[in-house]
Amino acid sequence: MTQQQNVLDLKGLRVDRGGVPVLDIPSFSLSENEFISLIGPNGAGKSTLLLSLLGLIKRSSGTVSYRGREIVNSADWLKVRRSIAMVLQEPLLFDATVFDNVASGLKIRGMGRGEIKSRVTSYLERFRLVDMAQRSARKLSGGEARRVSLARAFAVEPEVILFDEPFANLDPPTRQALTEDMDEVIRDRGIAAILVTHDQSEALRMSQRIVVMNGGRIVQEGPPAGVMNHPVNEFVANFVGMETILEGEVVGNRFQQMTVKVAGSEIDTVGEAQPGALVYCCIRPENVTVSTTTAGKKSSARNHFGGRVAGIASMGPFLKLRLDCGFPLTAYVTRESFAELALFEGKEIFASFKATSVHVIGRRAA
Amino acid sequence: MDVILEGILKAAQLLASLDSEVLGIALLSLKVSGLATLFSLVIGISVGTLVALTSFPGKKILVSVVNTGMGLPPVVVGLFVSIMLWRNGPLGYLELLYTPTAIVIAQTVIATPIVMGITIGAMQNLPANLRLQILALGATRRQMVMMLVREARLPLMAGVMAGFGGVISEVGASIMVGGNVRGYTRVLTTATVMETGRGNFDIAIALSVILLLFCFAVNYILTYIQQRERPR
Repeated sequence: MTQQQNVLDLKGLRVDRGGVPVLDIPSFSLSENEFISLIGPNGAGKSTLLLSLLGLIKRSSGTVSYRGREIVNSADWLKVRRSIAMVLQEPLLFDATVFDNVASGLKIRGMGRGEIKSRVTSYLERFRLVDMAQRSARKLSGGEARRVSLARAFAVEPEVILFDEPFANLDPPTRQALTEDMDEVIRDRGIAAILVTHDQSEALRMSQRIVVMNGGRIVQEGPPAGVMNHPVNEFVANFVGMETILEGEVVGNRFQQMTVKVAGSEIDTVGEAQPGALVYCCIRPENVTVSTTTAGKKSSARNHFGGRVAGIASMGPFLKLRLDCGFPLTAYVTRESFAELALFEGKEIFASFKATSVHVIGRRAA
Repeated sequence: MDVILEGILKAAQLLASLDSEVLGIALLSLKVSGLATLFSLVIGISVGTLVALTSFPGKKILVSVVNTGMGLPPVVVGLFVSIMLWRNGPLGYLELLYTPTAIVIAQTVIATPIVMGITIGAMQNLPANLRLQILALGATRRQMVMMLVREARLPLMAGVMAGFGGVISEVGASIMVGGNVRGYTRVLTTATVMETGRGNFDIAIALSVILLLFCFAVNYILTYIQQRERPR
């Protein structure tokens, strides 16, 4: 096994605005082929971090290195910017045809006409824009404009691509289609990427690593399931939601009755993923029923697991139970149920939940 | 009423016969104001772009000064340029007063703030993040500036129209620094003033019609380009 090389390395970065620090990141890196999702509330410094990686914002201190070489002067930055593409929130297309927009990055690089034509054509095809190649970019719908801005970014065939909420304000089907197209190109070409997103399932589906930011700092980073299941503090917990997220692999699918293997257990779910597919099973705590007998097995719930109570936390009118069923599971119970079941830490219990209450999201190999 | 009718008839005759003096005046006007517009474009667009794209202390004041300059009274410019070019003035040794060059200088001074003001406005109206997007595409600073100017090209054309329209129709500065010398510095506006003063309304009307035609032609051409460029 060779050590994965870092494409981008950032050390001791500080950005101040009007004397107030807006970004303070001791270290951050992006490795070859990696996909990172950057999440956090507005004003957390996510966009500022992306701009810092391109040298497009004034740093108070800190260094950025590309493939191990520190970026020192503007000539270095130019070289780096020609290896990294960025898609911003707004499409920011030029007042020109769709073709010329997709060609713009190539023209900047001084590529020859013939080469530009073939390259642009292939990316127009890839992003299903061929029919509108000669249309003015000013006449496109929101979804079409985003599509063009994606094609423009990918057409330069970057080694790294940075997305700053590229799909904000799009309707779900358009968003879904664009995400899939983008994901395909990224995988095909082995591009490393950082995505700023507010959509948790998008973050889960695409990334190997999630970085949570707040107030200009990185508060937690790690593999998606780790961050989602083990938030380091109240802020992250509230921000990423309370769902249990389990890494699994589909082992069977009959008429969309899907079986997912999770840490030695099998969870029944519904979905279209075929055996071999890597997925996350997301289970909301309010959908998990806890009992002290096996009586629950006679219900319509498909999933029953024996386990024990590993932790109890008060959540006001109800309690949050951390259960250990061979895999972690979180459940909410009211104080009344808690008393009736006479629960305590270490008590043996049965947890059950319906196949339809498991939300299955595809995932990338770590 | 007869005065006007007769004037229009005579004007038509003058125009139809391509009177050589009238023609000479018209061509000089076109040449002088065309050159002044060209110079003001070069200065106005480059400085305007620079001002719009950089931030420095006193920028707001500078922009206010430029905007005020957009309505600079031509007689004030005429006075200023006259003083500068006066025989004993700072630039008197150039002996430019009462030459067509002096008119070009004065008109450039009038048109430059107009072009510059419109340029600053047009550049500042572009989306704030467009610069970042262009740089992120790998552009050098030079390429970025060229692309931004390209993006602002339609409002910049309005600057060309306003600049040319402003100088071809001004009379104060031209008469002060040009002197309305027959066959040398006499332009459409100064000739119109003189002929009207003499009561030669026919010639004055003929000159005015040519002036209006010039203004119309330039605006028509630029509007045509704008309409063709503007996506339908």
